[in-house]
Amino acid sequence: MTNIDVKDEWFRPKKKDGDEKEQVMRPSLSYWKDAWRRLRKNKLAMLGLIFLVLLALFAVFVPIFSPHSVTTTDLPNQNQPPSAKHWFGTDEMGRDVFTRTWYGARISLFVGLMAALIDCIVGIIYGGISGYKGGRVDMVMMRIVEVLYGLPNLLVVILLMVVMGPSLTTIIIALTITGWVGMARIVRGQVLQIKNYEFVTASKSFGASSSRIIRKNLLPNTMGPIIVQITLSVPSAIFAEAFLSFLGLGVQAPYASWGVMANDALPVILSGDWWRLFFPALFISITMFAFNVLGDGLQDALDPKLRG
Amino acid sequence: MVSYIIKRFLMMIATIFIIATLTFALMHSIPGSPFDSDKTSNPVIQQNLEKFYHLDDPLPVQYVSYLKAIVTFDFGPSIKKPNETVNSLLERGFPISLELGMITIIVACISGIILGTLAALRHNGLIDYFAMAIAVIGISIPNFILATVLIQVFAGQLGWLPAATWSSPKHMILPTLALATGPMAIIARLTRSSMLEVLTQDYIKMAKAKGLKPWRIVFRHALRNAMMPVVTIMGTMLASILTGTFVIEKIFAIPGMGKYFVESINNRDYPVIMGTTVFYSAFLVFMLFIVDIVYGLLDPRIKLHKKEGETS
Repeated sequence: MTNIDVKDEWFRPKKKDGDEKEQVMRPSLSYWKDAWRRLRKNKLAMLGLIFLVLLALFAVFVPIFSPHSVTTTDLPNQNQPPSAKHWFGTDEMGRDVFTRTWYGARISLFVGLMAALIDCIVGIIYGGISGYKGGRVDMVMMRIVEVLYGLPNLLVVILLMVVMGPSLTTIIIALTITGWVGMARIVRGQVLQIKNYEFVTASKSFGASSSRIIRKNLLPNTMGPIIVQITLSVPSAIFAEAFLSFLGLGVQAPYASWGVMANDALPVILSGDWWRLFFPALFISITMFAFNVLGDGLQDALDPKLRG
Repeated sequence: MVSYIIKRFLMMIATIFIIATLTFALMHSIPGSPFDSDKTSNPVIQQNLEKFYHLDDPLPVQYVSYLKAIVTFDFGPSIKKPNETVNSLLERGFPISLELGMITIIVACISGIILGTLAALRHNGLIDYFAMAIAVIGISIPNFILATVLIQVFAGQLGWLPAATWSSPKHMILPTLALATGPMAIIARLTRSSMLEVLTQDYIKMAKAKGLKPWRIVFRHALRNAMMPVVTIMGTMLASILTGTFVIEKIFAIPGMGKYFVESINNRDYPVIMGTTVFYSAFLVFMLFIVDIVYGLLDPRIKLHKKEGETS
């Protein structure tokens, strides 16, 4: 029989060394942080975002601090090419095109964002109810949407503008009357899919009310597609405003929007006054481009399937 | 299939009816008479005018006769252009607009599909980046901006092409280019993404394994299936081309329906606005109906009706 040297330390509680192993190496990211991380990697989308932020800042501050007024006419200096005094030249009334371009940015961004925002609110409520209630309510509500979806948007908008008279408010109203349908369809599709998931059933079994389930469970999980839809509907609203202004149904003189400026430049484009058309055209195009690439980038960044 | 067509047809009729009613309601909600601005201070003349255009009838009577007129395809006289009716304007203008639209669709489809296919075949190659750059730029530039820029460059500075009217093929180049670039860009993007997806499918591998020539695989096997998303957006694309013709015809002074429509908007010629809106909406809704049915016929995966004995 051998004596075993029993040591005290054998019986000490084991040190907890598992802590480090158990630790999650990657910091836990919320959905939004992760989306932002992926969006930042997309150079084109970031470029679009930076451009839009700058555009918004300039649109707010340039008309305030510019030495030239948006509406004051200066007939002796009409149709001047770009110079140190008038960076983008002047128009047929001698108004400074630089100041007017940034004023136009205000109008375009305002119309685009307001229309998208109202579309979004109406669409979320309508689509949310339709998707959540389901059954007969959903069927009736979606029939209405299908018929509205078949309407040619711009024709209806033109008709509304003719009746209501051209102004900024009526443009936004006309655009939202036809515009909310797309958002409603997207929200409804998402809600229909998510409402059958386990976490919603769990919520229900705890006795959560319908409004709580919609607010706390359904909406946060549909935010991704909604944001993408907003980013993509802003440029189409901006396009529609420019289109209407170009037809003479938009913002009225002496105020400027990019569409109005392009329309005013139409009679003089063959006489070589290129700056009249060039600057509004450039800004419409870059802004549409920026929103489109940002929307594409967000679509990739907010897609949970692509989460790496 | 038949029941699906009937269902779609009824929905089409409902949509057209709603548009017609909406148009009527909107036009009659405008305060005052369309003749107020004509400086016909003589109330007798104004009354006679209103009688002539049946504007003094009670609204329900006007509504019924309006619906009758739409069914019989008679949109009444213009109130700003003497001796013209909406029908005569449509007969003169619509064929030209239709021609512009058709050429645009053909150009946009062919160039868009070629561009998208090339981009997909050379995925992440130089052609791909080039094609996608064109596509993004094409989507970002509104057609009326592109039109004015094209005039300034090709008609103004270079003097190669005429800037206006619609009289010879040479005159058609700039308007078509201006109108087709946007749709082309959208088609190119769609074709590229669906082509990329199709090219990874098993039956393409199978075709390659059989030793088929690459162009045969692309045209006979891949393109056919990659075309489905393009057919889907055809309806909305038609709508945007149609509204696009308004501004393009205005810019290039093309005597199509769009030009008359814009004129009627500017001088508030209500019968022309109403008639054109209803006609164009009905035309578009009908085209959407056709596109839907063609889509159903093309895609074998879409089952429009349940076969007998099938459960799901």
